[in-house]
Amino acid sequence: MTEPESYGLLAEFAGPDQLVQAARMLHECGYRRVESYSPFAVEGIPEAFHFRPTAVAVIFLASAVLGAAGGYFMQWYASVISYPENVGGRPLHSWPSFIPITFEMGVLGGVLGGILGMILLNRLPRYSHPVSNVERFRAASSDAFFLCVESSDAVFDLAKTTDFLRRCGATQVTEVPR
Amino acid sequence: MPDNATETAPLVPPGLTDNSVSEWISGIVVKKKISFGWLGGLAIAFSLLMMFNYAIVVLFTYGVGIWGLQIPVAWGFAIVNFVWWVGIGHAGTFISAVLYLCHQEWRTSINRFTESMTLFAVACAGIFPLIHLGRPWLFYYLFPYPNTMALWPQFRSPLIWDMFAVLTYATVSVIFYFVGLLPDLATLRDRAPHRWQRIIYGLLALGWRGSGRQWSRYKMAYLIMAGLATPLVVSVHSIVSLDFAVGIVPGWHTTIMPFYFVAAALQSGFAMGLILIIPVRHFYHLKDIITGRHLANMAKLMLATSLVVAHGYFTDTFMSWYSGDPYDKFIVADKFTGAYAIAGWMLMILDIGVVQLVWLRAVRESPVALFIIAILVNVGLWLDHYVLVVQSLHSDYLPSEWRIFHGTIWDWMTLIGSFGLFLTLLFIFIRIFPMVAMSEMRSLVHRKPGEEKVQGA
Repeated sequence: MTEPESYGLLAEFAGPDQLVQAARMLHECGYRRVESYSPFAVEGIPEAFHFRPTAVAVIFLASAVLGAAGGYFMQWYASVISYPENVGGRPLHSWPSFIPITFEMGVLGGVLGGILGMILLNRLPRYSHPVSNVERFRAASSDAFFLCVESSDAVFDLAKTTDFLRRCGATQVTEVPR
Repeated sequence: MPDNATETAPLVPPGLTDNSVSEWISGIVVKKKISFGWLGGLAIAFSLLMMFNYAIVVLFTYGVGIWGLQIPVAWGFAIVNFVWWVGIGHAGTFISAVLYLCHQEWRTSINRFTESMTLFAVACAGIFPLIHLGRPWLFYYLFPYPNTMALWPQFRSPLIWDMFAVLTYATVSVIFYFVGLLPDLATLRDRAPHRWQRIIYGLLALGWRGSGRQWSRYKMAYLIMAGLATPLVVSVHSIVSLDFAVGIVPGWHTTIMPFYFVAAALQSGFAMGLILIIPVRHFYHLKDIITGRHLANMAKLMLATSLVVAHGYFTDTFMSWYSGDPYDKFIVADKFTGAYAIAGWMLMILDIGVVQLVWLRAVRESPVALFIIAILVNVGLWLDHYVLVVQSLHSDYLPSEWRIFHGTIWDWMTLIGSFGLFLTLLFIFIRIFPMVAMSEMRSLVHRKPGEEKVQGA
């Protein structure tokens, strides 16, 4: 019964508490392709969707380790293999003096990789998105709280879902054109 | 425990809503007309910037000989200014990252501002080592890039560590700033009245929609980034201090350096934060968001770091006596009795003496008093670096080499001109990006009463 010409239903809620409550109810009723839109990170939303941003943490860790290892390798290669220079008989592989740059490269790698990962996982940069076709959606970055049930959801039904969203406390439900 | 009005004042004024926060802060950027005061300030700052450019052009034409440098004082104003500006940058990252990890919610009103301060201070700092090079056009020799000379930088040298530390710090500061700004750019995109504003902010916002999953990843990334920035901020000035501490010059060669450099950096940064925030909250009517409590907290941090710096001075002096090293003993005595004695005493009075007034509540509650103290503290810390660099070098092991250093007109023009760069960037920032992190303010607005943690006063 999916309407091919609509992206989904956009429901507006009065505040963050109502938003979390409705998100929980939707999840309990089997809706999976639901997304919330809010002007700040609402506490309880990730839990309501059973979503954990583990991938971001993993990317941070991996790129920090890669950065640090790369930094250390560079110094070792330069000082031992490519350009060995004997200074007063001190060992070429003088690891304590390689620590500062290894640390800095670890931080640099972690931040560059992690933030890039966060941005790409968030599907950004993105030129346009169906929800922004709704005029009222512009308030989502200031003071409005929305839930969007996408029409690709298995349980989605235009009339029934609209009704359900109203019962969850939505102040306004709009169909989102594709 | 806090027991007076200023220090228990709410962080957000009652009655503030999501919409009024957004309207208020974004209005300064996208709706407010350009004022005469702003234009006048920018004009002064820009004139100083032009003076800076002029001094640098003359420098590049004639070389570093136009400065007061000689042997043995081959490090002069450029290094002093570099250390001082990098230090100022530290408080921004400290407020953004360390106070974030410690759940100090009062940081929300000021973190954006101090982060911008960090960026601009690091921009000023980065110029000095470059122009201090005898052949600045060969600066890229510092990078480990594949080259036909088959050369590598000396990775055992603190100067190379320093370059990696400062470049990492600058890059991470820019990213930290941009990530913090991302949701606010989306707000500006959605609220701007003009199409061109919507296009520019829209491109910068990357299409941020504030979806639940986006926010969740965003928060996770921000938290980890704060966790990485915290050791970074400590490492940067520690590594800068190793430029000195690894050298065998008397007065430099001590292990207290990294610790005391970081404390001095934070102190100068908190002071600079006060110097900037006090006038801005006055002229842009932000007193309800940046309250007296914020100023008092900044002042307390400035006071706390001044005590750490004082401890550094004490240990340094004690160790030079305890070591029995005649050169080290001489340099400490010379600091207070020799050619630079005025600077030596002034720095003690300004950066650890005057700031003790902050113990008085009346001083903490007076923005004017804090503003003046903060300026004096920063003058004191500049003198501290000046004495450290110049006084230590001017009389090293060979008395026949001793020479007195004085900055020339070009030294002073470069120092004062660097304020032009700093202030010009700051004036532009005030008009193009929101001064307060709106998305974080909004989540503070929604915090239920009583949820705010009690802060030790």
